[in-house]
Amino acid sequence: MTTPLLITRRMTDHPGDSHTIVRYESTGGYTQGKRALGLTRDELVEEIKTSGLLGRGGAAFPAGLKWSFLAPERPAYLVVNADESEPGTFKDRQLLERDPHQIIEGMIITSIANEVHHAFVYIRGEYAKPARRVQTAVDEAYAKGYLGGGIFGSDYDLEVTVHLGGGAYICGEETALINSLEGKRGEPRLKPPYFPAAKGLYMMPTIVNNVETIANLPHILAMGGGEYSKMSGSADTGTFLMSLSGHVNRPGNYELAHGITWRELIYEIGGGIPDDKQLKAWIPGGASAPWFIPEKHLDLEITKDATAAAGSMLGSGAVIVMDEDTCMVRAAERLVRFFAHESCGQCTPCREGTTWLEMILRRIEEGQGRAVDLDLLVDVSDGISIGLAWPPKMTTICPLGPSAVSPIIALRDYFRDEVDSHVGNGGCPLKSGGGPQTPRSPSGEGASEDGRSSDPVASKEDRP
Amino acid sequence: MSVWSESTKERAKEIIARYPEKRSAVMPLLYLAMAEEGHLTDPGMEEVARWCEITPAQVRAVASFYTMFKRERTGQYLISCCTSITCMLLGGDEVLHAVEDESGVPHGETDDEGMLSVEHVECIGACGGAPAVQVNYELIEGVSPTQARELVRWLKRARPEVANSDEMQELFGARRSFDWGISEEHGAIGPYPAFQPLGTVGSEVSE
Repeated sequence: MTTPLLITRRMTDHPGDSHTIVRYESTGGYTQGKRALGLTRDELVEEIKTSGLLGRGGAAFPAGLKWSFLAPERPAYLVVNADESEPGTFKDRQLLERDPHQIIEGMIITSIANEVHHAFVYIRGEYAKPARRVQTAVDEAYAKGYLGGGIFGSDYDLEVTVHLGGGAYICGEETALINSLEGKRGEPRLKPPYFPAAKGLYMMPTIVNNVETIANLPHILAMGGGEYSKMSGSADTGTFLMSLSGHVNRPGNYELAHGITWRELIYEIGGGIPDDKQLKAWIPGGASAPWFIPEKHLDLEITKDATAAAGSMLGSGAVIVMDEDTCMVRAAERLVRFFAHESCGQCTPCREGTTWLEMILRRIEEGQGRAVDLDLLVDVSDGISIGLAWPPKMTTICPLGPSAVSPIIALRDYFRDEVDSHVGNGGCPLKSGGGPQTPRSPSGEGASEDGRSSDPVASKEDRP
Repeated sequence: MSVWSESTKERAKEIIARYPEKRSAVMPLLYLAMAEEGHLTDPGMEEVARWCEITPAQVRAVASFYTMFKRERTGQYLISCCTSITCMLLGGDEVLHAVEDESGVPHGETDDEGMLSVEHVECIGACGGAPAVQVNYELIEGVSPTQARELVRWLKRARPEVANSDEMQELFGARRSFDWGISEEHGAIGPYPAFQPLGTVGSEVSE
């Protein structure tokens, strides 16, 4: 690839020790954090606006604009959203684990730009090693005087607290994250207020930015916002980390300029499908994104606008590839199960709707599906997101519920025949769900006497 | 009467000092309570409530919201198998079944000795190295069903004091999501995350 690497350069050039402060400083680290102290809020916000940097957590909100909304009350807070939990996404884990000082320097820049003196990193609880790495880096930065009282010998104070989550996807939603950080259940807040920048942590102005967004900041300051905006060959600026996984020969995180096609990503960068199988479908932007199929979408450019025009999104940059042997009903069930499990339960359409979608999909997969079930799935989905439009219409406080209908849209639009053959066949017509799995149980073995599934994975008894 | 040791109380003070408001320390203190007693008990949660100056009901509301706060007896080793989309595509269900079969512990349960707990989990951010398994939140990527069985036998036989991700990856893993770099000498000492402020980071005990 000809893309100049920014945020993955250090870990690419120095795979052994890119996470240490020695390596960070010997490769130019902390010079921009120091420099930011000499710049005004307006200069910093303008630089980020010029860069065109879009939030990398999934919503692609312009980062500079988010900063410019910050209300004047003080204290203001910064929370780095490292609650990465969208199925298929593992980019932030690599940034946290392999280059934590880059994130700290980005936090220093963000804090100075927004007059923040206490910043938090909210890391999902399952990311124990990344959290240890970040805590070690924070401790090193304190010891050097880059954090704490009077950073870099100035009169600017900045405290950083690393906070561990408890295993709840919904805490990636910024108002849920703030509730969680306040010591409450991680339930999204009613809007308005629409932006934590107005009322956030402790009801004070708060900037919430994703890990990757923050990691870009030292590079934007170093090269200038204008130069950064020109890096990519398309309207989207800078680089973009994509987590490629599933049925590809070379899964991994790839830092790319926007504007390549899906064909290039899957077949050139990803090395194609194992055993030269056919591509059946892929999810372009994490579990929440409507699916793409090769017949329609393979030669589309990977940009925010081109993806939106085709009815999906780049989201968190997670691309999940499924080969010809993958059962689409099973894949849909697994995605919907995720949303049902992670629903916070506040809103009825999401709490009840996702649970019903999961149960209907499971009965289709297990051979107890009915001819009307696809219509029923669509009807339930319509109750969660009216009209099944893109972008999804909301019936709920947050987008989690409406995200769960994406796999249903794919079944309705592209895989109706496969659903029908499940129903006609009395179970999954494919010999496996894809990959090296045990074939599904013959019809009947998958269900216990009371008709409930006895598949251990399917059980819901362990849910809170 | 406090159920916490003096050193845990010291640590609770340090943790609370990291936050602008005491209530924000609920989650780290719940982990601290788990480390103290092995899992969350009513007296443990009441202790957290006292430290954070909120009611026990408010603490329980938080504890019950998150999957990592275990309110039932949990084994010394918590084996978490990912069965989310990418892991499922690449055999994660089979890995879970192998762990259940080899350990004799169905997911969501703990064995009689209190040694092993097994659970299936949603995406743990290791899709590039799927299927993935964690032992006490220490990651192993690229695990086959055979390796999963070996992992269970090894935990039962070797009973490592510290679950070290690099060591287990070397023994039972294969493809990784990315280059991990130099290995870590630290790991987890119980079924909760190993994290410096919680005092739950164990050093590898060499032979």
